[in-house]
Amino acid sequence: MTSVILVSMIMSIVGVSTPILLAALGELVAEKSGVLNLGVEGMMLIGAVSGFAVTYLTGSPWLGVIAAGACATLSALMFGYLTLSLTSNQVATGLALTIFGISLSSLVGESFVGLTVPSFGAVFPAGLSENPTLRLIFGHSPVVYFSLVMTWAVWHFLTNTRGGLILRAVGENDYSAHSIGYSVIAVRYAAVAFGGAMAGIAGSYYSMVLTPMWAEQLTAGRGWIALALVVFSVWRPVRLFFGAYLFGLVMTLELQSKAAGFNFAPPEFMAALPYLATVVVLALISMKKRRAMAAPACLGRPFKPAT
Amino acid sequence: MPIRLEKRREPSRSMLYATPAIAVGLTMLTGAVIFTAIGYNGFAAVWEIFVSPLIDPNRWQDLGVKAAPLIIIAVGLSFGFRANVWNIGAEGQYIMGALAGTGVALATWEMSGPWILPLMCVAGMLGGMAWAAVPALLRTRLGVNEILTTLMLTYVAVQVLYYLMNGPWKDPMGFNFPQTRLFNESQLLPTVIPQTLVHLGVPLAGVIAVAAWFVMTRTVFGFQIRTVGRAPAAARHAGFDANRTVWASLMIGGGLAGLAGVFEAAGPFGQMVPQFPVGYGFTAIIVAFLGRLHPLGIVLAGIVLAVTYIGGETAQTRLGLPDAAAGLFQAMTLFFLLATDVLVRYRIRFGADAKGAAA
Repeated sequence: MTSVILVSMIMSIVGVSTPILLAALGELVAEKSGVLNLGVEGMMLIGAVSGFAVTYLTGSPWLGVIAAGACATLSALMFGYLTLSLTSNQVATGLALTIFGISLSSLVGESFVGLTVPSFGAVFPAGLSENPTLRLIFGHSPVVYFSLVMTWAVWHFLTNTRGGLILRAVGENDYSAHSIGYSVIAVRYAAVAFGGAMAGIAGSYYSMVLTPMWAEQLTAGRGWIALALVVFSVWRPVRLFFGAYLFGLVMTLELQSKAAGFNFAPPEFMAALPYLATVVVLALISMKKRRAMAAPACLGRPFKPAT
Repeated sequence: MPIRLEKRREPSRSMLYATPAIAVGLTMLTGAVIFTAIGYNGFAAVWEIFVSPLIDPNRWQDLGVKAAPLIIIAVGLSFGFRANVWNIGAEGQYIMGALAGTGVALATWEMSGPWILPLMCVAGMLGGMAWAAVPALLRTRLGVNEILTTLMLTYVAVQVLYYLMNGPWKDPMGFNFPQTRLFNESQLLPTVIPQTLVHLGVPLAGVIAVAAWFVMTRTVFGFQIRTVGRAPAAARHAGFDANRTVWASLMIGGGLAGLAGVFEAAGPFGQMVPQFPVGYGFTAIIVAFLGRLHPLGIVLAGIVLAVTYIGGETAQTRLGLPDAAAGLFQAMTLFFLLATDVLVRYRIRFGADAKGAAA
């Protein structure tokens, strides 16, 4: 009996952590290239609604998740065009993207309220994915495995590849990177597009796997928590992974304790907890002064070389 | 033909004032195309949302009532945005201000007197300031970025509101609805034009904007704010304390958002309800930018955004437009403004540049 509860708890932790991990991985890459995109929440919502809509219309969750990534990438490129080509303020443009995503998704989603979509089939054979214990390893949505592969891929790309080195150079010292012949703007476009795709897939996880249905603003501020997670991770993918799962653990414990009837605090306090905890965690990690140095040096700074 | 951007030596003043109008124009154009594409009468939609509230004198009172909180919050935010302090949690400060004012109202519900309303306003400002003080403290002491903390605290503020409405502050005679008592006569904002909804907060929004304009352009403090934002190195050399600027801008932003909250609670609402937050704190960010962070520009921008709110409502009833339409128009306005902003700093040139042609 306890093992059943334990398995369901771990499954729930994975469910909470995966979308935040995905969105934060994308933002991490964008920030490493020197671009602060505050539009994560908006891109997630655009992904959530487009993924849901395409899955509903075609019956294929695979097409849905591709559409989610593609639509969010488009919105990220719009952000990129404004901030990179037209050198607009990144903070303001990111906020605009979030407001845009919120209203666009509720506009598009209006006709999908109350509907459900088919889910992904199991990745592994039923013998593995339905076994009570092996389910822990084999019973997840394909998006979960994708998020794990992407964690490794982002880590590998940033630390071991030439492309990763160039991306970090662009984020740490844009003018030097420019002067030795790298296209700062092109690298940043690519990083922003990647961030968009990941946020879109993360958003679709809410509407297609977790709930699975469409509700207005169903991401409920998780995009902002992903942004905070990037700071918490000091821009390191592996720490980001543990951060996301730590968050998932705390959220699940909260849900479980509520389900078990522990009413040690009003429900509103529990609902506010993730946001309060994020503020506290941000404060705690900032106490170690050296950590602040880890932010990419050009983060948020527009780049416009004299021609 | 290649298009290139050529940096202007000085930002263009005429473009600075023209681009908000261009942005609104482009929004109307794009909006008409989009809503036609998804099967509505696009032209009628744009007309309902952007024009009809302006030409109907019966709706002017609604415009004033909607514009007032937007203007008050945006004026407060403009100080921070000028100094590169990104308080994006005005919504939370607005809620906490309104709650502080409501607290005073509930504590004095059996009393009357002209001192109650001013006390509520002071409490509201303090409430908003207290909520903004947390990010200010974290930023100045520990270097925590205020963007994330101000926003996170907005989510917390919403839960504080729900908690108070569901429990401690619930009207004991209210049939268990999650809302407070109705405010009494001395707790409500008086109307300034008889037979209308126009309450005292509306003219006060104008007064606040003018006062902010004076502070921004005619005082050393205003100069300090502008310098810290535009030339941080010069500001340091001039001895302007960066931490003090952070504190000042967050206190002004939080205080005015809190005041707007009290005006809204003691004005149109007349009590506190869970449906109180409707996103004015976020829309005010658009208002601040559309008004070019200039207090008087913000008054105009506040009216424009109020038009889209009112117009969005009529478009909903008259054309069946979804209620997210107005929000989409508002976001597009900010996008177009940020896009056309490039015209202020750069000239657009067609054709290959002179150097390239010579080489």
